[in-house]
Amino acid sequence: MTFKLAASPHSHQRRTTQQVMRWVYLALIPGLLTLIYFFGWGVIWQLGLAITTAWVAEAICMALRGRPIGFAWRDHTALVTAILLAISIPGLAPWWLIVIGTAFSIVIVKHVYGGVGQNIFNPAMAGYVVLLISFPVQMTSWPLPAPLSQFDLSFIDSAVLIFTGYTPNGFDLEQLRMGADGMTMATPLDSLRTALNHQLTMGEALQQPIFGSLAGIGWQWINLAFLLGGLVLLKVRVISWHIPTGMLLGLAIPAAIAWLFSPDQSVSPVMQLFSGATMLGAFFIATDPVTAATSNRGRLYFGLLIGFLVFVIRTWGGYPDAVAFAVLLANMTVPVIDKYTQPVAYGHGERS
Amino acid sequence: MSAAAKKAIEAGHIWSFPGGIHPPERKELSNSSAIAPLALAENYAVPVKQHAGAPAEICVAVGERVLRGQPLTESTTGQGLPIHAPTSGTVTAIGPGRIAHPSGMADVVIRIQADGEDEAVLTEGITDYSQVSRAELLNRIRLAGVAGLGGAGFPTAQKLALQRPIDYLIINGVECEPYISADDRLMREHAASIVDGAEILLHLAGCNKGLVAIEDNKPEAIEAMRKALHEHPHLSLRVVPTKYPSGGEKQLIQLLTGRQVPSRGLPIDIGLIMHNVGTAYAVSRAIRNGEALTERVVTVTGEAVRQPGNYWVRIGTPVAHVLQQAGFTSSGDQQRIIMGGPMMGFTLPDVDVPVVKISNCLLVPSTAELAPAQQEMPCIRCGACADVCPAQLLPQQLQWLAKAKDHDALEQQNLFDCIECGACAYVCPSEIPLVHYYRKAKAEIRNIAREKAKAEIARERFEARNERLEREKEERLERHRKAAEARKKAQAEQVKSGGDNPNDAVQAAIARAKARKAAQQKAAAEQQSSNEDKS
Repeated sequence: MTFKLAASPHSHQRRTTQQVMRWVYLALIPGLLTLIYFFGWGVIWQLGLAITTAWVAEAICMALRGRPIGFAWRDHTALVTAILLAISIPGLAPWWLIVIGTAFSIVIVKHVYGGVGQNIFNPAMAGYVVLLISFPVQMTSWPLPAPLSQFDLSFIDSAVLIFTGYTPNGFDLEQLRMGADGMTMATPLDSLRTALNHQLTMGEALQQPIFGSLAGIGWQWINLAFLLGGLVLLKVRVISWHIPTGMLLGLAIPAAIAWLFSPDQSVSPVMQLFSGATMLGAFFIATDPVTAATSNRGRLYFGLLIGFLVFVIRTWGGYPDAVAFAVLLANMTVPVIDKYTQPVAYGHGERS
Repeated sequence: MSAAAKKAIEAGHIWSFPGGIHPPERKELSNSSAIAPLALAENYAVPVKQHAGAPAEICVAVGERVLRGQPLTESTTGQGLPIHAPTSGTVTAIGPGRIAHPSGMADVVIRIQADGEDEAVLTEGITDYSQVSRAELLNRIRLAGVAGLGGAGFPTAQKLALQRPIDYLIINGVECEPYISADDRLMREHAASIVDGAEILLHLAGCNKGLVAIEDNKPEAIEAMRKALHEHPHLSLRVVPTKYPSGGEKQLIQLLTGRQVPSRGLPIDIGLIMHNVGTAYAVSRAIRNGEALTERVVTVTGEAVRQPGNYWVRIGTPVAHVLQQAGFTSSGDQQRIIMGGPMMGFTLPDVDVPVVKISNCLLVPSTAELAPAQQEMPCIRCGACADVCPAQLLPQQLQWLAKAKDHDALEQQNLFDCIECGACAYVCPSEIPLVHYYRKAKAEIRNIAREKAKAEIARERFEARNERLEREKEERLERHRKAAEARKKAQAEQVKSGGDNPNDAVQAAIARAKARKAAQQKAAAEQQSSNEDKS
C-alpha cells in the first residue's frame, strides 16, 4: 500500500489571500457608508462600474495569457483595486472615467507586469493618476458634501447623471456643485491652496463654509471612518502598523513644524491628517503589500516617505491632494529601501 | 561569555526570539497515558546508518543468531556508531531496503527474524563513574550507539569529545512541535534517569552549569523534573513560553542565553552544548546499566489511529507493525503517514520502513485535522512569512530568488541560515510550499558546489598530467643529450690515449670499398679487351 507524499509543513493556518482581501473590503465599509452619506448614491454606481470593469478586464487578460480565469477571480485582488479606485474618484463623475481608470489599472498596471504580485506600482493609484492627468476637470469635480448641498439626488437620478451628464431635471454636474451663494465650491484642500495662493491667512481661509470643526465638512468624518476601518485591519493583523504609522508621522511631523513656524501660512497637522485621502491612503492604499517594502523597518521608511511626499506635494505641488503621486513615487523606491533594510539574519549580528 | 551575561543567565532570565507561530498543539491526543511497551514484531529491519556520519562495519553474517543489544556493526577506527539487535533472533538478510528518509531512498539494512525469546546480552553498569576515565566513559556511550535523539542524530560521544571550554550544558525538553509528547512523557516518568544522564553529560563536558529547558505547556513534566532536580545544584530548570520553534537548537540558545550561534558555526563556538532529554536518558542507561540503544519512545498519534499514545518501540520495528498495534485505519487515498511532527516531519511512501533512532513520532492525521495542501497561489508579498521567521530571513524574497534560480542572491540573502522550521509556509495565505522551494534551492547550490569541486579536481589532475608529460619529455631529451656528450667525450679520450679512432675504421672501410670498386672496373676492362682480341 502506498500513501500520499507531501512536503512539510503539513499543518497550515487557514487564512488565504481571499480572506485577507475580504477583510480589506469589509474594513472599507464604514468609510464607504460615510462617503455615500456625504456625497450621495453616485459612489454605489461608481463601485458597480469599477467592479464590472475589473472583472471583465481580468477575465480578458487571463484568457489572453492562457491562464484559468476563475483562479484570478478567486483571490479578490482585482476587486480591491476596483473598490479603491471607485471610492477615490468624485462620486458623480461620468461613467467612462471609472471604466478607463479601472481598465488601465487591471490591464496595464497589473497584468502587463505579470499579474498578481508582480506589479511595481499600486494599480488603483496608477489608474487614479492616469485619470487625474488626462481628465483633470472631471477628476476634481467633487460634489458638495450633503450638509452644504441644495440638491438631494436619488439613487436613480445619480445613475442618470453619471450615464448622460444631466439629471432627469436637466441639471448638469457643474450646477449641482454650486453652493447657496451660487458659487461652485472646491474640496477643502483645494480651497485652502487657492486661499493661501491669494495671500489670505489661514484664519481667513477657514472662514469658508466648507470647513468643519476638525477639517473639511464631510471629509473629516470620511477620514475618521477610514481610520476606524484601518484600526480593524490592524486588530485582525491583516496589516501591520508600520506603514500607516510611518505615513501619518511622515505627514504630521513636517506639517507640525511648518505650522509652528508660520501658523498663518500653513495647513495645520490636524487638517492634513483628516483631509483628502490621508486615512484611506495610510491604511488601505499604501499598505498594498505587493508594491510596498518587505521588511518591517523598510515599511516604516516607506510609510514615512509617502507621508513626507504628501506634505511636499500638498504644500508646493500643483495638485490639491497628493496621496496617489506620493504612493507611486514611493513604489519606485521600494527596491532601494529593501536593499538597505534587510534584517540581520540569525547568527550574523553582534549577539552571535 | 561576559560576567554580566552570565549573571543574567544565572538569574533565570528568559530572552525571546523573533517570529515564531502558535499552531494548534494537539498534544492532548497522545500525552494522557503512560508510555506503553509495544508488542514484539516478527521481523525487524535495522538500517546500518542511523546517525550523522559514516556507518560502522557489519560484523554479523546471514543465519547468525543474535541477542538483544548485540552489536550488528562495529567500527575499527573509533569513528562511526554501532547499531544493535533490537531483540533476539536470526539474521535473515543483509542488503538494500527502504529507510526512513524524506526521499524514500534505500540503504543497507540488516533484517532479523525475531525468535520471541527477547534474550538480551549480559551487560555491566558503572555505579561510580567518577572513578572511570573520561575516554572510557565516552567509549561506552559510543559503543552503546547513543546518537542525538532530538532529531539530528549526531553521535553523542563525538559531540562530547570536542575538548573546548563550555559555559553551559543545555538539556532540551522543550518539544515545541505540535502533536509530539514523547519527551513530555519521558520527563514525567523517568525524570530521575534524565537528571542522572544530565549529570554524566555535565561531567563529560567538563562544565558545572546545566540548564534544563521545558515549554510551559507541560506542567506535569515541569513538576516531575523540578522534583528530580531538587538535589542537583548544578542543574537548574528553565521554563520557556510555548511558541514554535522554541525547541530549535538555535532558538533555545537565544531564549536561554540571549546569544546567537554564529552563522555556519556550532553552539560550542559560543561555549554551549545541547542534548535532548531522550539522549540524557539513553546516556544514563548506557553508563549505569551498560545498555545499548535498542528502543526509544515514539509518539503514535493522529485521528487515524484508535489508540494514540506513546510507545517504547524497538529500533528497526517496521512502521506497519507500530501502526497496526495502535489501531490504524487509512482514511483513503489522501492518507499521509508522517514521520516526525506536522511542521518538520516527512511523509512515508509506504509503511515498510523501520523506526530509527531519530524517529520521535508517527503522525497519521485524518484529512479533517490536517487538510492536504491547497493549490499554490501567487505571492502577494504580504510579509506574513517574514514576521514569523525565527531566523530573521525574508522568506518571500528567497522564494522569488529560488524560483529564478539566482543562487548568488540566495546565498547573499542567507538561504543557508534557514532552519526549515516551516513557520513561513504555515502562515502563507497563498499556500506556497516555501520550505520545499528552499530545500530544492539548497540541494541545487550544494550540487553545483560539488560539481565545481569535482571539475576543479579534474582540471588540477589534467594540468598535473600535462606538466608531468612535459617534464618527462624534457628529462628524456636531457638524458639523450647527456649520453651523446658522454659518448663524444669517451671517443675523444680514446683518440688522445692512442687507441683506435672509430673514425679511422670508417675511413678504412671507405678506402677498402673504393679499392674493391677500382679492382672490379679494372677486371671488367681487361675482360672486354680480351673479348675484342678473340673477335
